[in-house]
Amino acid sequence: MFGYLVGRLSQAVVVVFAMSVIVFVGVYAIGNPIDVMIDPGATAEIRENLIRQYGLDQPLWRQYFTFVGNVFQGDLGQSMVYNISVTSLVFSRLPATLELVLVSVTIAAVVGIPAGLYAGYRPNSIGAKLIMALSVLGFSVPTFWIGMLLIMAFAVELGWLPSGGRGEVAEFLWFKTSLATSNGWSHVIMPAINLSLFKMGLLIRLTRAGMVEAMGAEYVRFARAQGLPDRQIVFSHILRNISIPVITVFGLELGSTLAFAVVTETVFNWPGVGKLIIDSILQLDRPVMVSYLVMVVILFVLINLIVDLIYARLDPRVRLKGGS
Amino acid sequence: MPDTLTPESGVIAVPSAPPAETRAMRLRNFWSDYRQSWVAIAALIVIVALLVGSFGAPFLVPQDPYDLAKLDWMDAFLPPGTEGSGGYVHLLGTDNAGRDMLSAILYGLRTSFVIGLSAGALALVVGITVGLTAAYFGGRIEALLMRIVDLQLSMPAILLALVMVAMLGQGIPQIIFALVVAQYAYFARTTHGAASVERRKDYIEAARSTPLPTWRIMFKHLLPNVLPPLIVVATVQVASAISLEATLSFLGVGLPLTEPSLGSLISNGFKYIHAGRYWLSIYPGVFLMITVVAINLVGDQIRTVIDPRNSR
Repeated sequence: MFGYLVGRLSQAVVVVFAMSVIVFVGVYAIGNPIDVMIDPGATAEIRENLIRQYGLDQPLWRQYFTFVGNVFQGDLGQSMVYNISVTSLVFSRLPATLELVLVSVTIAAVVGIPAGLYAGYRPNSIGAKLIMALSVLGFSVPTFWIGMLLIMAFAVELGWLPSGGRGEVAEFLWFKTSLATSNGWSHVIMPAINLSLFKMGLLIRLTRAGMVEAMGAEYVRFARAQGLPDRQIVFSHILRNISIPVITVFGLELGSTLAFAVVTETVFNWPGVGKLIIDSILQLDRPVMVSYLVMVVILFVLINLIVDLIYARLDPRVRLKGGS
Repeated sequence: MPDTLTPESGVIAVPSAPPAETRAMRLRNFWSDYRQSWVAIAALIVIVALLVGSFGAPFLVPQDPYDLAKLDWMDAFLPPGTEGSGGYVHLLGTDNAGRDMLSAILYGLRTSFVIGLSAGALALVVGITVGLTAAYFGGRIEALLMRIVDLQLSMPAILLALVMVAMLGQGIPQIIFALVVAQYAYFARTTHGAASVERRKDYIEAARSTPLPTWRIMFKHLLPNVLPPLIVVATVQVASAISLEATLSFLGVGLPLTEPSLGSLISNGFKYIHAGRYWLSIYPGVFLMITVVAINLVGDQIRTVIDPRNSR
């Protein structure tokens, strides 16, 4: 197990290093950020000073090593647009994204799992067919388009909900969140539903597949033969058995919810990290782009690593094959 | 099962290029299975109609929406069904520059199709090459290639595409490249899965004992036998390329409005939904949705038909 751990860890480090180089070089190959930052009428001297201040006169490899050195000291650089450190910029936006993801994941689970159970329990009923058709829509219709329809229906036509932005925030325990105010909830609910649809579709399919399989399994037939009521069989026997794969995939998908938040946050003008990255791409704010991308790469490599390790823990065959 | 000759292995041992007659028969069988579902038939008809409508757009619609000389600012924001200064009815209304929306949508759909189809085709070629190479050579090459593919698959395609577009900038070739990078891994995974099974079969060993060049065995012998599952992946990926491109354009990092796709049209229309001018964004979105869903339905039916578990 130890050898496997070392192998996987060193692979993860290599991947993060390679990706950071690719992202760094790729991002720095586009445009000249100085042109975006300063007034075209500025003197050549101001220009030169600014270029030197951001270290843009150095060769690329030296810029990269300065960047890596700073990262190890916890410094991700200065945003060129907001003129504050990237670390505090990202952390000021993170709560908004996290509360959005939290609410949407909850909605997906609360709606998706019972719907999937039902669709698997009565696979030929009209309700089940309807649920499955909706899950296909959740998969294949682009998120931003559904978000736009939601805005048109509930904000423009009906006027029930605000069309975008984050609502009032209030202190809850030790941090500020919009989930503590009713105005905040009215802002968060529509984007959260929008973000939850893809995950909901996935959960419905997973739960349904598990349910259909379980319905034909020995232990269910045995429980039936014992005369247990269906309710008890579904909720205490089957649900427990299918929860493991559902939870695994659900956990894995958390990372991708963060990625889809980019789209939802743009549609609903939600001030989270997703909106931040889009704005930084449009404004050529390189330090923010590079830091966000490197953070995302690290996040996904970590998720992968954890999954690999859990599988290796559960299945000896995986770790015996070694860290190839 | 003991070492008897199963009917399955008998079928596989057929030479890699079957005679024309059996191929025609297979196609006929495929079609008679396919048309069991009327939904899938309808989806196919819709796709053909959209293809004809978008590629034939220059001959079908009253206006070239991107010829600025033909646009009249007086026609801006006409609601659907109004007659404009050109003397014809704008069935789906006009946009902020006085473009006929139906014309703009069909032209935009053409761009979306071109991007989706070429990204899908290129990703297919790259993915097949990577997957076949990994499965054929095995060992370290396989470990390295499939590790990269797995890592990519664990990241959402939209994120990869976003990163690529951020690096490459805007434009049709850049978008196609970004989509290929984001999507080839799906083809590579599928090819690798099917090809590693085929690789162990006797006909490949037999071919390897002849002086045939490696690429010939890979592409002429191995490839035809791993194609069926790839067709399904290809259909789904074209739909997903179209919707990814629309998403990128909507986010403002895809195509500019001078080279419109459905996504850029929706993005432009989005600015006016608060003013109640719903037709600028709703109609391109409806076309996008119909296109994507229809392609997915066709893919689903192909999957059902070629799935050996469903064969009669």
